[in-house]
Order: sequence, then C-alpha cells, then structure tokens
Amino acid sequence: MFNKILIANRGEIACRIIKTARKMGIKTVAVYSDADADALHRLMADEAVHIGPSSSAHSYLVIDNIVQACKKTGAEAVHPGYGFLSENRKFQEALSAAGIVFIGPDAHAIYAMGDKIESKKLAREAGVSTVPGYLDVIKNPEEAVEIARSIGYPVMIKASAGGGGKGMRIAFDDAQCIEGFVSATNEAKLAFADDRVFIEKYVDQPRHIEIQVLADGYGNTLYLGERECSIQRRHQKVIEEAPSPFLDEETRRSMGEQAVALCRAVKYKSAGTVEFIVDSKRNFYFLEMNTRLQVEHPVTELVTGLDIVELMIKVAAGEALPVTQREVRLHGWAVECRIYAEDPFRGFMPSTGRLNRYIQPPESSAVRVDSGVYEGGEISMYYDPMIAKLVTYGDSRTQAIQYMRDALDHFYICGVSHNIPFLASIMAKQRFVEGRLTTNFIAEEYPNGFHIADLPPENPDILVTVAASIQRQHADREARISGQFLGHEMVVADEWVVRMNKSNHPVSVRTTEGGYDVVVNTKRFALRTNWDFGQPLLRGTINGRQICVQVERRGVDYRLLHAGTQADCLVLTPLGAQLASYMPVKAPPDMSRYLLSPMPGLLVSVAVSDGQEIKAGETLAVVEAMKMENILRAERDGVVKQIHALPGDSLAVDQIILEFENTKAA
Amino acid sequence: MQEIILELEEKRTKARLGGGKPRIDAQHGKGKLAARERIDLLLDPGSFEEWDMFMEHRCVDFGMADSRVPGDGVVTGYGTINGRLVFVFSQDFTVFGGSLSEAHAEKICKIMDKAMQVGAPVIGLNDSGGARIQEGVASLAGYAEVFQRNVMASGVVPQISLIMGPCAGGAVYSPAMTDFIFMVKDSSYMFVTGPEVVKTVTHEEVTHEELGGALTHVSKSGVADLAFENDVESLLQLRRFMDFLPSSNREKPPQRPTNDPADRIDMSLDTLIPNNTNKPYDMKELIVKMVDEGDFFELASNYAKNMITGFARMEGSTVGIVANQPMSLAGCLDIDSSRKGARFVRFCDCFNIPIITLVDVPGFMPGTAQEYGGIIKHGAKLLYAFAEATVPKITIITRKAYGGAYDVMSSKHLRGDVNFAWPSAEIAVMGPKGAVEIIFRQDMNDRAKIIERTEEYRSKFANPFVAGSRGFIDDVIMPNSTRKRVCRSLHMLKDKELTNPWRKHGNIPL
Repeated sequence: MFNKILIANRGEIACRIIKTARKMGIKTVAVYSDADADALHRLMADEAVHIGPSSSAHSYLVIDNIVQACKKTGAEAVHPGYGFLSENRKFQEALSAAGIVFIGPDAHAIYAMGDKIESKKLAREAGVSTVPGYLDVIKNPEEAVEIARSIGYPVMIKASAGGGGKGMRIAFDDAQCIEGFVSATNEAKLAFADDRVFIEKYVDQPRHIEIQVLADGYGNTLYLGERECSIQRRHQKVIEEAPSPFLDEETRRSMGEQAVALCRAVKYKSAGTVEFIVDSKRNFYFLEMNTRLQVEHPVTELVTGLDIVELMIKVAAGEALPVTQREVRLHGWAVECRIYAEDPFRGFMPSTGRLNRYIQPPESSAVRVDSGVYEGGEISMYYDPMIAKLVTYGDSRTQAIQYMRDALDHFYICGVSHNIPFLASIMAKQRFVEGRLTTNFIAEEYPNGFHIADLPPENPDILVTVAASIQRQHADREARISGQFLGHEMVVADEWVVRMNKSNHPVSVRTTEGGYDVVVNTKRFALRTNWDFGQPLLRGTINGRQICVQVERRGVDYRLLHAGTQADCLVLTPLGAQLASYMPVKAPPDMSRYLLSPMPGLLVSVAVSDGQEIKAGETLAVVEAMKMENILRAERDGVVKQIHALPGDSLAVDQIILEFENTKAA
Repeated sequence: MQEIILELEEKRTKARLGGGKPRIDAQHGKGKLAARERIDLLLDPGSFEEWDMFMEHRCVDFGMADSRVPGDGVVTGYGTINGRLVFVFSQDFTVFGGSLSEAHAEKICKIMDKAMQVGAPVIGLNDSGGARIQEGVASLAGYAEVFQRNVMASGVVPQISLIMGPCAGGAVYSPAMTDFIFMVKDSSYMFVTGPEVVKTVTHEEVTHEELGGALTHVSKSGVADLAFENDVESLLQLRRFMDFLPSSNREKPPQRPTNDPADRIDMSLDTLIPNNTNKPYDMKELIVKMVDEGDFFELASNYAKNMITGFARMEGSTVGIVANQPMSLAGCLDIDSSRKGARFVRFCDCFNIPIITLVDVPGFMPGTAQEYGGIIKHGAKLLYAFAEATVPKITIITRKAYGGAYDVMSSKHLRGDVNFAWPSAEIAVMGPKGAVEIIFRQDMNDRAKIIERTEEYRSKFANPFVAGSRGFIDDVIMPNSTRKRVCRSLHMLKDKELTNPWRKHGNIPL
C-alpha cells in the first residue's frame, strides 16, 4: 500500500478522497492555486503544495506542476478526482514516466472511451446495446437526411467531440435534419474545433441511468448497481439516486453484465461508469463510459456499503478486489442533491462570493455531506460552482426523500445564492415522489423557470405556528427590558394575528415549558424548541414531529423558509392587524426607467452623461463581474436623466446605475 | 354630578372622533391611520394617558368661532413602550388638516416640558398641513415655542419625529431639531417651500415626492434617517427603536436579557479581510457577527453609505456603531459621511451610549466637489464629535487607517479608551504606493527601485506594530475574538468618568 498520495483536485472531491486516505492510514498531499490558499482541502491535507495562479489552466491543469509536487513531497500515487486531469492521457504518461502511480484506469482505456464515436464502436463490438444510429462521420446534409430516414425520425444530431449539450440537435423531419446538421456542425467547430457530427435515434421519455463498475485487473470486474441521474438541468446533473425507481431486476442485471463486458473488452482497471439512456419501455442504449470517479458515486457507496475511493486506491496499489459480484448487494435507497452556488430565481446564474454563514445539516447514518467549504470561505469564480453534495439514505425511497427534505431545511447558506429552494421544490413535486422521471423533468415541471410562488406551503399552520412562537419569544423578552414603570410593566397578550403572505391568521400563543402552545383555527400545535434569538435555524418538534425552519428577522417581520417554501410573516396584535388592513397595497415600483445592474460586480465605466440622448443598442455602462466585462446597452431610445453610480462602485444586483427621463408618452 | 359625567362622556366621544368619521375614512383611504390609531399601535395597549382632550382654539376670526373641535388637531399625553415611559404627540390631520394653532402648540409644549422634567423621550407623529393661517402670528408664535423647547430638550431627552403626512414650511424645523427623523414612504413629505413656490421662483418642475418624499430625504438630502413602508410598519419599527435608547441623559442605556455569550468566538471573521488590500468587503458582516444576536438597527442606511451608523447591543446593553464601509467609495471620509457620523457620535455622547468604531479608511475623498463643498469644515465635525465625546470609546482598526482619517476615527489621540487592531491593520500616513512616490520621487523612473521601496514601506508600516510600539494601539487581536474583547472592554469601562472643562458650549465647526 502507498504511504503517501497526492490529490490532483480541489473542493469537495479532494476533501472526500483525503478522508478515505486518512482512514486507510495514507498520508495526503493537497495541491492548491492562489484562489484556494485558504481552501478546505488545503487545510485538511497533511501537506499542501502551491501549483500556480487561480485559473485552473495555470494550476490544476498544469501536468508538470503536479508531477513536480509529487516529486517534492514523495507522493507515490495520484488520485485525480473528477474533471481536471482525471481523463487526460498525457497526465498519465507523465506520471508513469516519473514512476508515479495513477489511481484510475490505464491510459489505453481512457483513450478508447474518450471519443464518442470510437467508444460506441467498441461497445457494439462488445455486445453492448447501442442507440440505433450511424457512427461514421457524416459529410453533408444530404447524407444526414439519408441516414436519418434509415434510422427513422426523430433523430438526434450530435457533435463527435461534444458534451454539455453543445452541438446537439433534434430533428423530426428532413428539413429540421438539414438545418440541425448545419448548425450542429458550426457549433461543434466553434466549441470544440472539431466539426464531426453523427446521427442516432432520438429516445422518447429518456432516463439517464448509469452503471458503476469496478475492476481489479486480475479478472474480477464488478457492477455495483445503477444510479439514476435523470434530473438534469441543461445536461448538468442535479439530483441522483440509487437504485433507479424504474429498473427491474432483470434489466439491472443485463445492463450490469453489458457494462462488465465492455470493461473486459477494454481491459478496464479501477472504477468507471457506463452511462445508458433508457426509454419508456426499459430499452437501454449505451451512451458513453466515464473512466473516472463520478461526482454522484456516494449514492452507490451508501446502497452497497462499499467505499469506492478505497477500492480504487487498493486496485491502484496492485491489490485484488476484496468482494465478488455475488457479495454485492443493494440495501435501501440513497438520494443525492448537488448544492450549487447559483441563483435559481434568476435563471440559475452562477453566484460567487463569501460564505458569510454556512451551516450543514448534521451528518448521521441517514445524512452524508460531501463539501469542500467552510463558513467564511469563498466560492471562487474560477471553478465549478458546486458547494456541496447532500446525500441521504433510508430504507425506502420515500424515507430517503423525507430525510432529504429535512436535511435541506437544515442546510443554511448565506452570502452566495444557492439552489436549495429549487432542490426542496423538486423533492416536493408529486411527480418526483412517484419516480416518474425523465431527463426533461426540470424543463417540463418548470417551463417558465423557478419562482418562489411555485410552491405554496403544504401546511400553512406550521409556519403560522412558528412565526407566532418567535414573535411571542421576542415580545416576552422585550417585556423584560430594564427601566419599566414599576407596577405598570408590559404584559404580553396571548392573542396575535399572523399576517403571512398577505393573509391573516388569528392565533393564540402561550409560553410553556420548553416551547409554545399555539392555537390556529381551533387546531392545537405544541411547538417545542430551544431556538434562541438571532439563530438562523429553528429546530424542534410540532406535536411531536421533527421540524426545522429557517428564520430571518427582517426589521419587524420574519422570513421563514421550510420545505422549499418561503413565507413572509408579520405578527401583529389584533388591533394592529385590523389597522394593517387600511395599509395600501403598493405596486412594485416601475423599474423600467432605470438601468439596473444585472449582477453583483464592479462598475467599470459609464459611457453616457446626464441629459444625454441615447439610441437603442448604445452602450450605457460596463460592469465587471466574475472577471468578465459586461456591456449594458440601451433597450430603447431615450434620454439619460441622472447617473446614480460612479465608476469604481461595487454594485449589488438590481442596484440602480442610471435613470432615464420618463418618456411614457412615447 | 351625574350630568357632568354624562357630559364628559359625550365630550370624550366627540373628541375621539377628531374631524369626524368621514374624514377618518378619507385618511384610511389614503392608506394613513388616524391620530389616535397611531398612538394605540405605538404604545403598550391601554397605557396611553391623554392630556388636554378638551382644549380648543381661541380664534374668532374667519368663522373659526363656530368651528371648534376638542383637542384642536393634536393628541398628546404619555404612555409606555415595553413598559418604559414616553411622551407623545400625534397630529390629527382630520382636524383643520392638523394645522398648528396656538392651543395646539401649547399642548405639545406641555408634554415637552414635563418630559424634560421627568426625563423621558418625546415622540412626535407629524401629520400637519402647517400653520393655522386664521390665527396668523399666534400660530407662528406657537411654532417658535415648540422650536425653543426642541432646543432646550436637545441632549436632555431623546426626541424622535415620525413624519406621517405633510410637513412643510416652518413646521419642518421642529423635526429638524429632533434627534431622529423617520418617514413613511409615499404618504409623507417635508420641504421648506413646496413645488408651487419652487416653480414660480426657480422654474423647476418637481413633484411633492421628488422634492421632499421619504426616498428623497433618506438618500439625497440625508434629512431623514429611515423610511418605512407604511404607518403600521413605521410604528412597530419605532417601538423596536425606542428599546435602544435611554430615557434621558441622566440614565444609562436600558438593559435587555440575552443568551448570546459574551465570549462567542466567530472563526469566519478571520477570513473577512481579503488578501488583496484593494478588494472591498462588507463591514456589516463584522457588525452583525460581533453584536448580540446579529441584531443591528442601522440608521441612514441609504445615505453616505461609506459610513455605517446604528445601534446594537453588547451583552444586552446598547452601543452605537460607527464604521467605515469599504463597499462604498472604499470607505473614505467625505462631506456626507462626516456629517452623518458626527451627528450620530454626538447623540451617543449625549445619552451615555458607548461608541464602537470600526475603522477601514483610506483617507478623505479628494476633488473640487469636496473642497468647494467645505470638506475641511465638515470633516472637522466628525473629528470634533469624537474628540469631545466622553462616553466609553472602543476602536477596532480592521485594515486601513491612513492619514488624517486615522486620527479622526476615534483614535487613541482623541481619547479612545481601548484601541484594537486586527493583524491586517495598516496604520500609516498613506498607502505604500503613494508614500513611496513622494518620499522617493527622484527614483520614480527606476521601476525596480520603486517596487523595492514600496515593499520596504509596506513591511514597515502596513502592519499594526509601529502604532503598537507607540501605544497608539492597546493590543492586536484576532478577528475571531473581537466580540469577546469588546465585551470585556465595555465591562471595564462601565463606570468610566471623564468630564470636559466647563464652558457655555463648545463651538463645533457648523
């Protein structure tokens, strides 16, 4: 076994690998860039080596620097994690030239599986079911139409070097096929400098289901069951689970056996993933093979009880796998949510910045959190915006989902936007609960994007109870302020009205031992909690049931977040509630007269001045965000009334940069 | 006797209706509450003791003799907010448009006099069309009587104005002399001369809202401290605000129990200061993580954002926070931020509220706009305010403390009681680059030398040690322990005694 390994990665995966290495008694070396000087993986490892400036092209992707780091620290092997150099043949060659072991498959397997067309041919030869299609390079639109007709519409036109949805088109007829061929070719040329495209059958109600494989190079090749990763947004996986709610035992076995056959065909060693697309009739077709550890490997670990990273290290060290296929058993159900730093309410725009507050749900046999950040750390603009992976495990799918909903409530992040509300919303969707998944799930369930109003509270009484109790706790404490009129001290009443999202809920709240007894519409709720002022999470029980609500005090009202829903609650005295009914409902201000900063950033320049006439399309200002200069242009003709921000100002999102003259008449 | 009681009831019922039901409905229609409703929401239920309910005006001209409403357009008295005594007047727009008559003014003066005698705050809920024109000079005299009392009460009891309707002409000068002005968005405005006069005199066309609405005063003029959404929110916020204030200059700030540990460590503060000294960070994060329960009542949050002011509590006791905000104009001092900071510091000093100053200041803002605007005198206000303050003063330099701005921001030399620096503090006459460009002007063409000199300057001054060696800094503290160290310092300073030499009053550079 190795004494010391280097992890050529960052973030959660580096931390996760360090944990296993530590458990195995192996010393660890982290590598880090400028931006990661204070990153968790650096602090966790036994040693750390600086490998360059922030941009990954100059740090995590520089093969020489990593080889040098190995030599400097005496690391005998390198775990590449996922992404970065994990599927880079040159990296492997450089390591082996330096006598360092690569913890992963051999170079020939990476190479064979790296090309979409090549890998399909290999798969077909190995007897793996592939999507009906034409794998050779297509020369022109006419040939594309001919092939499409022979496969039968609908078809998918795909870039050979493609990924991430680029260079992909669906065609339902000849005309769309011609157009799709041309645009996919162009896009592929631009994106990958490789304009080869191929055509295959388009699969209906497609699910993305993949098989985890593991081979030791001594003839033992295992499949560790499947993962369903159908919940994707723009081809980025968002939620994964194991097993799939869709597969039967027979399909599972034949997918597994085919995956193993493919591994054998390429003499695969180490962990890998064979991805399939599955149609509504459980026909499955090979997509591609990933010759590395997958992001979503934890769900497989939880249902198999195996540590895939540990097994990868053992295999790399020349050991045989300690398990046989017969011994691989799937127990229970695991669900993983990827927590991304992105704003689900603004088209999932990536968000970067400082994690002012970061509270993870407590880990247990039911909850696993793989993360690479800490409170006060930074989500950098240079790397993947994933903050953490939240994985829950239960006896059944229902239980795993329930644990996930609860864990999401416990996850508190402040400072950067995050997709937790979106994840919680998916968990609450009936269609998700029923397991009716396809890769179009998100597009179909959220056709107009994600909005907070999408999910009204399942049980508003719960949030009313919480709001009333918090108010009571505040009021009880306020009544204990010093300097009161002796004998005329403030007495807190039991009767209140919770104004939640503009509707009134009269309640009665009594303070009792360890919590509050609340009556909402004659229904009794006993909230027991040790919540204290200023805490962002209220944990406790309501009528015995566990509950966790995120609480934000905003002046005099409270914003509550629970199970993907958000409620703004103002708790008033009955008189206050009656008087509040006279308060005007104000329309949100008309912001069309303003140029707003579309993102947080730095105002680089303002190209216009007060009173200047402008034409649609004219540059108004330049905002720098995430190292990119964004040019803000006029949407229509008008006159600048006033500039509100100065070059050099830090802008918040939606901050007013300048104001136009009111030209409603036009 | 029975008859008198009946008559009393009748009078009370009439008085409570103010200008009558239709006018109250009209007030509601505008999204505004009636004068008594406002008091009911502001004060603890049942605590209001009304005075002078039967007072009427004495005007007989212009048909006023037949038009009398008991109370005369203002409701006055006292009551409690969370059990603590406050005096309050609430102008009643339904009675003569809330206009101020001689009697109306006398009612206000009466509660102000009593408030000063007993040492309790005065809260004004302003909603008045202005002077009672029918009364002529008597009404003007009434205003002046109120103004005089505002001045006499200044620094004796806290005075708070909540503008809930019109407040125009001379009437603005009463709120102007109170300690804090809050406004209600869309339904209140304040100006010396209205849009009509503005138009005839300067030919400017401007709406009430643009000229003197809440948003104008909280962001452009700085006249108002905060603007709230509506009457209900304003009154609830005012209750919350009053919990921070001592009742008078004879008292220490109120105490409120808290479970937030005084020795709470926050490791995340150790990474608050970015590695790049020119990168901004949000000073409010430090404030929120330092104070009790993260509860910070920020004032003037939309005006001179490069300076943060507001109240919070440490171990349950009120403190005033003054802080540079690197997120806005790099946190530099300019005219607006100096005035904003100075007034806040003086309020705290008047009312025995310890001041915690968080410093990250690159200097004063340069430019003709600032110099022509009198930054010299305005900057001096902040300097004067910190220098004269005798309350406990704790200063934490988080990063930059450059030049004269270092001196101004509650430095040791201005009788700072406890002056801490974070390890990231740079206390110097200016930043390394600027300093080297002056000291080594002759080497300006030699880039290598300049870089070397800059590095030399940086290593010598871009740290807290030079200031520490002279005792200008009492200690260098880890950011994570800031709360603990400040809490202890406040304990140590609890009974601080310091008096300035006797004088009639100082002459602050106004």
